[in-house]
Amino acid sequence: MAILSVEGLVKAFGGLVAVDHVDLEIEANSIYSIIGPNGAGKTTLFNLICGYYVCDAGRVFFKGSDITGLAPSKIVAMGMGRSFQVTNIFPKLTVFENIQATVLFRKGRGFRFFSRAAEQERKETETILEMVELVDKKDEPGGVLSAGDRKRLELGIVLATQPDLLLLDEPTCGMSPVETASTIDLIKRIAQDTSLTVLFTEHKMDVVFSIASHVTVMNFGVVIASGSPEDVRRDRKVQDIYFGED
Amino acid sequence: MSRASAVKGGWVVGAAIVLAALPFVLEKGLSPYYLYLAIKINVWALFAVSFNLVLGYAGMMSFGHAAFYGAGAYTCALILAKTSCPMPLAFVAAPVLAACVGLIIGYFSVKIKGIFYFAVLTLSFAQLLYIVVYKWRSFTHGDDGIQGIPVPSWISTDVTFVSYYFFTLIISLVCVYILWRIVESPFGLMLRTLRENPQRSTFIGMNVQRYRLVAFVISAFFSGVAGALFALLETSVSPDLLFWSNSGEVILMGLLGGMHIFLGPALGAAIMVLLNSFITLYTGYWQFFLGITLISIVLFFPEGVAGLIHERYAARRGKRAA
Amino acid sequence: MDFDPSILFVQFISGLCRAMVLFLMASGLTLVFGVMRVINFAHGAFYMLGAYLAFSLTQALASWPGGFWIALIVAPIIVSLIGGAVEYFLLRRIYDREHLLQILLTYALIFVFNDIVKMIWGVDLRIVNMPQSLSGFVPVLGHTFPVYYFFIIGMGLLVALLIWFLLRRTKLGRLLRASAEHRDMVGLLGYNVERVFTIVFMMATWLGGLAGVIIAPTVRLSLGMDMEIIIEAFLVVIVGGLGNVLGALLGALIIGQLYALGILVIEKFAMAFLFSLAAIIILFRPSGLLGKPVEGGG
Repeated sequence: MAILSVEGLVKAFGGLVAVDHVDLEIEANSIYSIIGPNGAGKTTLFNLICGYYVCDAGRVFFKGSDITGLAPSKIVAMGMGRSFQVTNIFPKLTVFENIQATVLFRKGRGFRFFSRAAEQERKETETILEMVELVDKKDEPGGVLSAGDRKRLELGIVLATQPDLLLLDEPTCGMSPVETASTIDLIKRIAQDTSLTVLFTEHKMDVVFSIASHVTVMNFGVVIASGSPEDVRRDRKVQDIYFGED
Repeated sequence: MSRASAVKGGWVVGAAIVLAALPFVLEKGLSPYYLYLAIKINVWALFAVSFNLVLGYAGMMSFGHAAFYGAGAYTCALILAKTSCPMPLAFVAAPVLAACVGLIIGYFSVKIKGIFYFAVLTLSFAQLLYIVVYKWRSFTHGDDGIQGIPVPSWISTDVTFVSYYFFTLIISLVCVYILWRIVESPFGLMLRTLRENPQRSTFIGMNVQRYRLVAFVISAFFSGVAGALFALLETSVSPDLLFWSNSGEVILMGLLGGMHIFLGPALGAAIMVLLNSFITLYTGYWQFFLGITLISIVLFFPEGVAGLIHERYAARRGKRAA
Repeated sequence: MDFDPSILFVQFISGLCRAMVLFLMASGLTLVFGVMRVINFAHGAFYMLGAYLAFSLTQALASWPGGFWIALIVAPIIVSLIGGAVEYFLLRRIYDREHLLQILLTYALIFVFNDIVKMIWGVDLRIVNMPQSLSGFVPVLGHTFPVYYFFIIGMGLLVALLIWFLLRRTKLGRLLRASAEHRDMVGLLGYNVERVFTIVFMMATWLGGLAGVIIAPTVRLSLGMDMEIIIEAFLVVIVGGLGNVLGALLGALIIGQLYALGILVIEKFAMAFLFSLAAIIILFRPSGLLGKPVEGGG
């Protein structure tokens, strides 16, 4: 069953059509990638799917329900997690607190006023920290982490919401080859260990082909090609776009 | 008992002794004015710490908190002056009404994005309330204010300030303790997340506005307590209590003492009140010194005086701030 | 109560005057925000400085025939130089800080300026004498108005024209307009960001000082002038739209007239109308009448 399906999604800003009648279907438990050059509309598409932008036309279905037009917090509560291209964490909170706050929230403790937060859900928080390999940095403020570690922290926050679908916006953005490789490893491992579906955007081809089971290529807001990595790689139109790029 | 908690216990006992002996030392040893000043610091400190829930912890720069302080003061004053209700009733009604005002103003304000717009909106609401209080002469006596509020004899300041000192101290300690528990709770942690990054909070599923509103109402409640304490101390109230410059004062106390340390604003309140009282003995230009101090804080140590102390102390202990 | 409809005309003119002074203040505020993304809480202090400097200059030049006119030229220049110094030594350090701290710094600056004015001019109310040439009355449509009112209106329109010319016809103006669209435009286009910011701030404080000089003969100068005007200027900027100079003009006209109307209705608390309008704008159209609505959340 498709965990996420998008039909005829359109979004325009003034005269510019950023997303032009895009259809998408994502099977559960897969690693799915959307690639395309900068400005192809990938981030806008993400923003539409998770409710951050309101679409001009089209519908979005998540786990069988129509979520078109719902507020982001409601969509997240249904099991969609999202990471951002410009990493979004809580800078002055410690790494530990970043994750712990998310866990506590997910467990509905948000409105507990009189218990001490510091002692709660330590075990689950530590488990997630281990998964994203940040245990040794747990008492540092999120803001002082390196860019790569911050992305891991954000991944940890998103995992702490226990999503069924993970939307990762350019997860290796700005990373060195070494960091890129370890991040991709991490994503692969997480997808394997849990029953998460991962949808990520990228514009580095090799990253995509190493882990995605399905690729959609976008350019100028339109879907150019869609299929297995091999099929897409051989597609003439795709080759035209990436001619000369890495 | 570990050494750490023995040291901590020692501090607590020491502080308790100082606080208990202070009023007698000040009033008998120096002059009743100093004890009055200590009580004033106490009241402002409570106001500042309550306000800081909204500024330092939830990240909202409200420029209209004088509305809650004033609402608390006027409620207490009006009930005592115009009805024969007992003081405890008036004293409890004050924060409740302040919280209601907080609910109304907060409901509209927490939706606002952008710190400047939020500040001006809260300022506008508070000024509207100020104007209402000023103009509604038949009810609030307008700019004459309400004088000679009847205060029960056991806390009256006619003869001595000592009893009122303890009254204020105990009430404040209870309120501050409650606020401390709230700040250390999961709710407090949620507030800090939406201070840091409301977008991220939304994307873990949080209804940011609801959390902000709750913080706003709690803060308004305790600001109302401070207002009632003020009314009973001065035995009079005037519309100036609601003027926006009072909202500014409490923001500056937070900046001065430190917005990210729980008791920072209390320290800021003490410094502001003392500065005001003592510098004016030597020069009429205390605002100049205040301004220069605040500018220095913003430029060089934005975590305030308490923040500075905490950094030195925590550097040796490995602890963390808010 | 007898209601004479022609009193509306009287209020309209006085509202227009107020609007022009507010425009001078608001345009400076909005320029600084548009280009530098800074809210200058202390803007009213420059207004106050302009007024007090006008006082001193007209006093010193009392025996000269053109004393006021000299003050009109010189005072705003002095104020803008002070503004330049403030930008250079203080504001420059906080551009990359969070808005909260920027607002707090400029708020603290109000206290410093207030006492400096107090130190130099004391607490007594000061009066600036109206220049002879403008102190008469003129009949318009059956009512007599002070000539000075029309001077204020004229100056406001003249400055509006000057600003229009600057923004639309000069290279600097194009740059300023581009910066209002894009935060980092100044640097991206290769200009010296620091120099541009200083110039903009000096222009804004010049406008503020000018407003102070112009208003001076019509009010008693007091130490609370800065606080009173800054709040109204904020309201104007919000109604018109932050960063938009035409919005500042429109907002000023609306606020000025609303205040004049308010005086007719609630007398001493016309401000209630202004705060209500600002609240409505912030709640329903925060970008103001001429500002651009913002997409997305957070």
